[in-house]
Amino acid sequence: MRKIPFVLGVLATLAVASAHAKDVSLLNVSYDPTRELYRDINQAFASQWQSQHGDKIIIEMSHGGSGKQSRSVAEGLPADVVTLALAYDIDVLADRHLLSQDWQQRLPDNASPYTSTIVFLVRKGNPKGIRDWPDLIKPGLQVITPNPKTSGGARWNYLAAWGYALKQPGGDEAKARDFVRALYKNVPVLDTGARGSTNTFAQRGIGDVLLAWENEALLVQKQLGKDKFEIVTPSISILAEPPVAVVDSNADKHGTRAVAEAYLKFLYSPEGQALGAKNFYRPRAADVAAKYPGLFPPLKTFTVNELFGDWRKAQAKFFNDGGEFDRIHLER
Amino acid sequence: MYRRRVLPGFGLSLGYTLAYLGLIVLLPLAALALKASGLGLSQLLQLLSSPRTLAALRLSFGGALIAAVFNVLVGLLVAWVMVRYRFPGRRLLDALIDLPFALPTAVAGIALTAIYAPNGWLGQWLVPLGIQIAYTPLGVLLAMAFVGFPFVVRTVQPVLEAMDRDVEEAAASLGATRLQTFTRVILPMLMPALLTGFALALARAVGEYGSVIFIAGNIPMRSEIAPLLIVEKIEQEYAGAAALGVVMLCFSFVLLIVIAQLQRWSGRWAERST
Repeated sequence: MRKIPFVLGVLATLAVASAHAKDVSLLNVSYDPTRELYRDINQAFASQWQSQHGDKIIIEMSHGGSGKQSRSVAEGLPADVVTLALAYDIDVLADRHLLSQDWQQRLPDNASPYTSTIVFLVRKGNPKGIRDWPDLIKPGLQVITPNPKTSGGARWNYLAAWGYALKQPGGDEAKARDFVRALYKNVPVLDTGARGSTNTFAQRGIGDVLLAWENEALLVQKQLGKDKFEIVTPSISILAEPPVAVVDSNADKHGTRAVAEAYLKFLYSPEGQALGAKNFYRPRAADVAAKYPGLFPPLKTFTVNELFGDWRKAQAKFFNDGGEFDRIHLER
Repeated sequence: MYRRRVLPGFGLSLGYTLAYLGLIVLLPLAALALKASGLGLSQLLQLLSSPRTLAALRLSFGGALIAAVFNVLVGLLVAWVMVRYRFPGRRLLDALIDLPFALPTAVAGIALTAIYAPNGWLGQWLVPLGIQIAYTPLGVLLAMAFVGFPFVVRTVQPVLEAMDRDVEEAAASLGATRLQTFTRVILPMLMPALLTGFALALARAVGEYGSVIFIAGNIPMRSEIAPLLIVEKIEQEYAGAAALGVVMLCFSFVLLIVIAQLQRWSGRWAERST
């Protein structure tokens, strides 16, 4: 019996100790081209949290194709937060009751702390004279873009082209369909992911123009040199909004809700926004964007919600089996 | 009926074998079939009769057959050279043959693409001649031939090594021409091994994904392989992907049974003729 107080004492000490210096770990499941971005964000957030709360935070990352990542979380990958390429991939998780259906209203700006857009990457000197969307359907021109069925990023490319045609004077569904069909007929290689397409274009030398996210295009230019590639910003394009969300059921299970929410809010802070811009994502905060003149040229944009209702509708109409994209190749 | 064996343990080893096969092979296949059954019959027929599915299956199986035939011809030649001749560097060359086994398939795909792309080492000479390999069905064949290459060499080699040269000499002294000696004496003895190699190379090529997608171009109806179609289906619903997987398995299973039967016939034939 004499041992009981001793055991209690040990337990109490442990409890106090653990309350003092907690090691919190957080799993962020993200899509492919955010490696560099979240490396910066994680470092900055962890040091800010430690100085404010004293807890050490270890943020683990998982990267992969957006759709594949979403499936992994749906099947049990214990993500505390997801930062994916499109809202549909998080809607799927909400359907599995991993987070609430109104997740996109819980954070500002459609839960997308930064944006991007679809631009054209062309070879130095722009030998084919590509200026805007209509140039992409010229006969004989080769356009490189990944398969929107396997690549979440490529769905933005597809919708950007469709939206451009729809937005033209006299534009309607039929004209948009014809435009997109003509564009995809100029695609000689459909890679499964965005990085694959980038390699096909940049390393293999295939194609005259690469349809790419602006941040990817800027990254390619930075890594491979401005003397090799030029970015052409079209007159109008889509506002790509990669969303973020706390996975409620996992965060509650791990007791990480407070950290997870603070982590996502940090993305909206001036520091988080600046790190986004440094990694070539367009920050939402205008004052931060103003610090990078010339990097993000102004252009007219439209959103998925404006033109297609929401991502669920766009997915069903365009990318599901038998949808608009499938029909392009059947009617060759 | 009961015969004492020199080594005991029949019951234990068979039980172990069955349990292992059940766990490693049959259970995942059963799960696949179960997932596929989520698809109704009409949906299944619709999936299978769609031109896109047919085109992908045709490319995967047709390509794999051609690649396997090619591998049998080249593999036999290479095995012959390795067994019958002695030359400097033979051991090194022999070790190189297994490399396609060891290489991660994605690396193989990227390497092949880098070589045959229009700006690659070989591509820059071939493409002006009108021979485009990367991003065409020809590229699919190339990748399939690459990954299946070692199988035929490795199955034929030991049989060739064990083969008595006396029979060739006997054939020659009995007046057989060189061609007759090869086709009537050597080939029948090699046939079972060649068919095994063919079956292995075929099975490998049918299921190959990693290396092919880098070089194929992946354009639907033209250079899209069936495994890629499965990956596309997974993005939406498992049932369709699983159904396509089951169909591919059934096809492969029938092919392998046919080959096994051919092998039995050729084995008997070889026995009779010697």
